[in-house]
Amino acid sequence: MRGASTFFWRRPHLYLLLLLVPPLLWFGTVYLGSLFALLAQSFYRIDDFTAQIVREPTLATYKQLVTAPAHLNIVLRTVTMALAVTIACAVIALPIATYMARYASGRVKALFYVGVMLPMWTSYLVKVYAWRMLLAKEGIIAWFANKLGLAGVLEALLAMPGIGGPSLSSSYIGMFLVFVYMWLPFMILPMAAALERVPGSLLQASADLGARPSQTFRNVVLPLAVPGIAAGSVFTFSLTLGDYIIPSVVGAPGYFIGMMVYVQQGTAGNIPLAAAFSVVPVVLIFVYLSIAKRFGAFDAL
Amino acid sequence: MTAAIEFRGVSRIYGDVRAVDDVSFTVEPGEFFAMLGPSGSGKTTCLRLVAGFDTPTRGQVLLDGADVSVVPPYDRNVNTVFQDYALFPHMTVLQNVAYGPKVRGIATAEREQRAREMLELVQLGAQAQRRPAQLSGGQRQRVALARALINRPKVLLLDEPLGALDLKLREEMQIELKGLQKKLGITFVYVTHDQGEALSMADRVAVFNKGRIEQLAAPRELYLRPATAFVARFVGSANVADAVLAGKLGATLPFAIRAENIDVQDEPAPVPAGHDAAPGTVLAVQFHGAASRWQVQLDAGEVWSALVSEEEARRRNGLAVGARVKLSWPREAAVPLQG
Repeated sequence: MRGASTFFWRRPHLYLLLLLVPPLLWFGTVYLGSLFALLAQSFYRIDDFTAQIVREPTLATYKQLVTAPAHLNIVLRTVTMALAVTIACAVIALPIATYMARYASGRVKALFYVGVMLPMWTSYLVKVYAWRMLLAKEGIIAWFANKLGLAGVLEALLAMPGIGGPSLSSSYIGMFLVFVYMWLPFMILPMAAALERVPGSLLQASADLGARPSQTFRNVVLPLAVPGIAAGSVFTFSLTLGDYIIPSVVGAPGYFIGMMVYVQQGTAGNIPLAAAFSVVPVVLIFVYLSIAKRFGAFDAL
Repeated sequence: MTAAIEFRGVSRIYGDVRAVDDVSFTVEPGEFFAMLGPSGSGKTTCLRLVAGFDTPTRGQVLLDGADVSVVPPYDRNVNTVFQDYALFPHMTVLQNVAYGPKVRGIATAEREQRAREMLELVQLGAQAQRRPAQLSGGQRQRVALARALINRPKVLLLDEPLGALDLKLREEMQIELKGLQKKLGITFVYVTHDQGEALSMADRVAVFNKGRIEQLAAPRELYLRPATAFVARFVGSANVADAVLAGKLGATLPFAIRAENIDVQDEPAPVPAGHDAAPGTVLAVQFHGAASRWQVQLDAGEVWSALVSEEEARRRNGLAVGARVKLSWPREAAVPLQG
């Protein structure tokens, strides 16, 4: 044992190589390899008559993706939902993360962290179907609204064009609620981690120099939380972009990118179009990260 | 004249810990006031009470005659230089210094002009566009100072501001800080655990121990006439004879005697007139350059130390660790202590 330790201690490069090769093999082949295989598929096309994949490089599939208005609507619908969910998660998470990182201590803090992560210990499917029950026309939310005399408010909400519907469980509002519920922990945790790293003396210094709490929040807390918000928003944005279960269980019947991928590679058997659709979130995330970088979200990293 | 700061019977109690225990004192306008003590002695809590980061459990804190006990920090005309400098990492040096005027609603052009003047004052004009992470420790310290002074506070609080700097830089900054304080005429309250720093810079020093002020006096007075055994040991590194030891040495009251007033001689040599003496054994000799410090185990109990000049040490050549010696000191050099 000691001999081996000394052997590697004298050859640090060999040690590093041994440490990195297995994960790099995994990352390179299984992870990036499959991603590129997927990318390659999107440059094939399907023969309309034989329904066979034609394995020659072509942009026909992409042409099909961007020219069909239905396809563009799907992309637009998904991106709008992803943005709305990201913003809502950020707004809800900020006060919670601030409390967890800056004010709570000991048991209360542990309780908050467990509370945030607890929903993730349950099956994703169970939660989605549970939400469908909660949001149903005869569900507990509608019942509660009735008891509180807020049935009118709920109806007004559901009567809104575009996002409304016959019930919460079959409207975009309901889908939005489920998405926000599902991805909120992915926003809270990186945000809390970013805020934990802010030394308390910075907040004291801000107050000491004459800043009221709201000014301290705007000038010191928020800028220092930005890397956490950026990390969290990448999660919420990309998770919403790729999800196909929530839109198929809760909400209005319109297709989302994830559902489209599922349908195209499954029943329709159009693997190239499915691949082209799954490239869309990759491109969108890339664009999103570039914008975030432009705004200096990663300067503090 | 109204006191710049006044503590009236202030206590700060956390659970069952009395961080500050019934403390009263005043700081005069324009004074360089040091709060000296070991960690956990209550000096930093007192500073936080002045800054407004904490509120007293009992008693009142007055600034310029007005009770500010429950006034938030952003409504106090007091600024702080933090131990870790607390510079905003996402702002440039200029933005850091201009932060005070910014949150007070001063227009961009004017606040940047003032920030540049402050940076010139601390000789950092050339670094205005850098980030704090790109500066050395000494430079960060100056930025923290400029940022705290830009609001023209009545009182500047300094929380161990030189603790993170190396010895040479620390000595330079001590002189610079003292000069700056004279020039600006601002009241400085300086928290430190380094007695040398407190003695060399302050007009008056409050020595803290266990949440209370043991003695508040000018540096010379503290050094020459410590009131308690704690002050004698902490400030002057003096030898202390408590009531028991003093009795054995033939004195009526406990007393302190500083190391430089003690002479080490051969045990059989006669005690000079007007001197007291105590026999003991040499435990260690530490060379300090111009003088060496001799640790002597007294037969009567305590370990005392004597500062012997190099010249003297040469004459005492035969004496080494383990030798039997007699410590002697002029009777009038002994400082009587309370209790």
